[in-house]
Amino acid sequence: MFKLERRPTPSNAMVILTPVLAVVLTMIAGGILFAILGKNPFEAIRIIFWDPLFNEVVASYTRPQLLIKAAPLITIALGLSFGYRANIWNIGAEGQFIMGAVAGGAVGLAFYPTESVLIFPLMVLAGAVGGFLWAMIPAFLKIKFNANEILVSLMLVYVAINFLGAMVTGPLRSPVGMNFPVSRNFNEYASAYNGELIANTGLHMGVFVTLAVVIVSYILLKQHIFGFQVRTAGQSPRAAKFSGVNPNVTIAICLGISGGLAGMAGLFEVTGPAGKLSTNFPLGYGFTAIIVAFLGRLNPIGILFAGLLMALTYIGGELAQFQLSVPAASVQVFQGMLLFFMLAVEILVNFRIRFKKKEVA
Amino acid sequence: MTALLSLSGLTKAYPGVIANDDVSFEIGPGEIHALLGENGAGKSTLVKMIYGLVRPDSGTMMLHGEPYAPPEPRAARASGVAMVFQHFSLFDALTVAENIALGMENAPDTADLTQRIIEVSSKYGLTIDPYRMVGDLSAGERQRVEIVRCLLQNPKMLIMDEPTSVLTPQEVEVLFKTLRLLSDEGTSILYISHKLDEIKALCEHATILRRGKVVGTCIPKDETAKSMAEMMVGSKLRTPKKHNTKHGAALLELHNLWLKSSDPFGTSLKEITFNLHEGEVLGVGGVAGNGQDELMLAISGEELTVSHSIQLKGEDIGQLGPNPRRERGLLTAPEERLGHAAAPDMSLSENAFLTGAMRQNLTNNGMIRTEATKQFARDIIEQFDVRTPGTENTARSLSGGNLQKFVIGREILQEPDVFVVNQPTWGVDAAAAADIRHALLKLAKNGAAVLVISQDLDELMEISDNIAILSEGTLSKPRPAEGITIEQIGLMMGGTEVENV
Repeated sequence: MFKLERRPTPSNAMVILTPVLAVVLTMIAGGILFAILGKNPFEAIRIIFWDPLFNEVVASYTRPQLLIKAAPLITIALGLSFGYRANIWNIGAEGQFIMGAVAGGAVGLAFYPTESVLIFPLMVLAGAVGGFLWAMIPAFLKIKFNANEILVSLMLVYVAINFLGAMVTGPLRSPVGMNFPVSRNFNEYASAYNGELIANTGLHMGVFVTLAVVIVSYILLKQHIFGFQVRTAGQSPRAAKFSGVNPNVTIAICLGISGGLAGMAGLFEVTGPAGKLSTNFPLGYGFTAIIVAFLGRLNPIGILFAGLLMALTYIGGELAQFQLSVPAASVQVFQGMLLFFMLAVEILVNFRIRFKKKEVA
Repeated sequence: MTALLSLSGLTKAYPGVIANDDVSFEIGPGEIHALLGENGAGKSTLVKMIYGLVRPDSGTMMLHGEPYAPPEPRAARASGVAMVFQHFSLFDALTVAENIALGMENAPDTADLTQRIIEVSSKYGLTIDPYRMVGDLSAGERQRVEIVRCLLQNPKMLIMDEPTSVLTPQEVEVLFKTLRLLSDEGTSILYISHKLDEIKALCEHATILRRGKVVGTCIPKDETAKSMAEMMVGSKLRTPKKHNTKHGAALLELHNLWLKSSDPFGTSLKEITFNLHEGEVLGVGGVAGNGQDELMLAISGEELTVSHSIQLKGEDIGQLGPNPRRERGLLTAPEERLGHAAAPDMSLSENAFLTGAMRQNLTNNGMIRTEATKQFARDIIEQFDVRTPGTENTARSLSGGNLQKFVIGREILQEPDVFVVNQPTWGVDAAAAADIRHALLKLAKNGAAVLVISQDLDELMEISDNIAILSEGTLSKPRPAEGITIEQIGLMMGGTEVENV
């Protein structure tokens, strides 16, 4: 038998090793899953994790996709990571992502067909504000009535989805869209289009913003008093209060940051890769970003890698779908397993496993 | 006379530390045996092994001359070994009888149990009403519940871990009567305490542990508290001296402060009024849970009050948060070291930053000045003799006494004008406690106003110029500490107003 023993101080090696361990365990469990489905597990794992990057036939399409998919995941996850460190659980980034896309998109469409370089920055700002305000609802309710932000933010996702539906069948419906529930296409409106800056790389404005957010988050978290306060509030709320951190301000700031970043990511997504507002717009990035945040151990650099890895499972999963005809849900199962194993092995940071020798009485 | 319990060569190692190293001693039937030692000397580990919570790496125990190796507490209890913990494990929302039934292996039905509780409690002078809710009981009464729970199992040996830390002097007397009665009936008692005067009064033998090893035994009656303390720490102790300087102007004034406790089991403050002067040490005594935490929160700024009910150097500060108060020279050190005064999983330098950021100027446009922060932590560690490998170790890794020195040192090094501290030496070993008291007196001598909230009356008598008692949220009028007796304080703690004494 074995038992868990608390480490005197958390293990730094395990902080880095646990995500790797989680990925390996996911591959093993995923392989077993594919074997049960009657597919060659090694081929399946190769298609998901290797082919999107290195298979010459598909890589020219899949490599740019990697950045396109990873950018919103990373941006949203970085925003969430502040709150998660402070024990403020925003589960509704998906809703804030949608509201950012709607708000920013609406601002752009309001100017159609005026062309100006100021329009796109204004849309980005509107997107961030849209997500920010949407996140202020759970923040207000938590501060004022101690309402659980997990429930409130999650429920607001469904409100946001319906709001999006109402917008694209109503005020934002494209006049040239044959009455389909879609908005005007942003790639037909130069001032509002978030296109690739270098052809066939996937690099759009949002990717650069993501990189900037990684750097700023890193500095805030490691070097700035704000990061210190957030960490203290999460680890030891009473010590944080004693040191002068106002818990209500922390709630508002953390939810505000995550909402603003999710909204901005939504705007970059809708004006570029998605191309238009439609009922098909929500892809679950806001939920997947939760996994990214944890897989990256709430560390900005970790989140950068975790976001790329998660993007890989999206793309690789799609490849596996049409090459091996595995069900679409298998990607989600894969991502779910990744979070599951991540949370399971995280215990190794604070505990070590001791194998017991037979006790001599 | 054969020993009831004999330990030989008990050794237990944890990663990085040997908690017990070849510990051997014997306890006779009916003997009250004291286990003495600084924090971290290995007392807890030792009693945990006796009680079956921890298994020794090597060594043997004999009970009634037979090998004894309890794999779990249940087996220890079955062999007649019972333990009363320092922290009670009782449910507030259940009655005394229900709580006792929960802790028993095969509890009799309620009527029988109630009858037996009444029998046992009256026999040993432990008055408790089996039908009362535990949430309504005082700390002393809760302890009686724990003791009765043990006595119902007819133990041959009773282990008591720091039993008097929550009791008034009168309650301590009652407890000692009970323990002596048990001892006369042949029950052995292993008694762990920091309070050496109590050990002198109660115990027949004492075993002294230092760094996991037995370093001596003594007969407490033949020793002085000071000599025993010196055996524990292995060096001479300095006795703090009061400097009865003339007190200056009032620095901290509380006028008619009311505060409703935010904790449903807390105590609200009523009409708290006092002045604290330059160079003065004011001691606030009283049993824990009488408003100490609330008073602390109100003064530190974690709870806001009517603005003019707290004044610092003439300025109303009742509506200011902790940092503006720090800026103005009011520093505090709360009772709970881990989780309140310090964040357990953060490093010492981060914990130095926790309250030192403002006065020590540890930020630059919001960016943390890492090197300055580390230096501040190093200064605390050096000047207050905090034993730790370095500034990057977590607060959790320090022993209670060392962390307390760190917390007190962190505030004192920031040169407060007013310093308020709650239970400065609670659970701290004798040497560290002496250092801390010395530091507090030095601070006052240099002109700061110091408020010490403590349950330890000897400590208050030793360092305070004036003493007031907090009882059910009301503070008595401060009186000069000179000439006041422990009995008078005890009566005030029980809520009796002592008028003309």
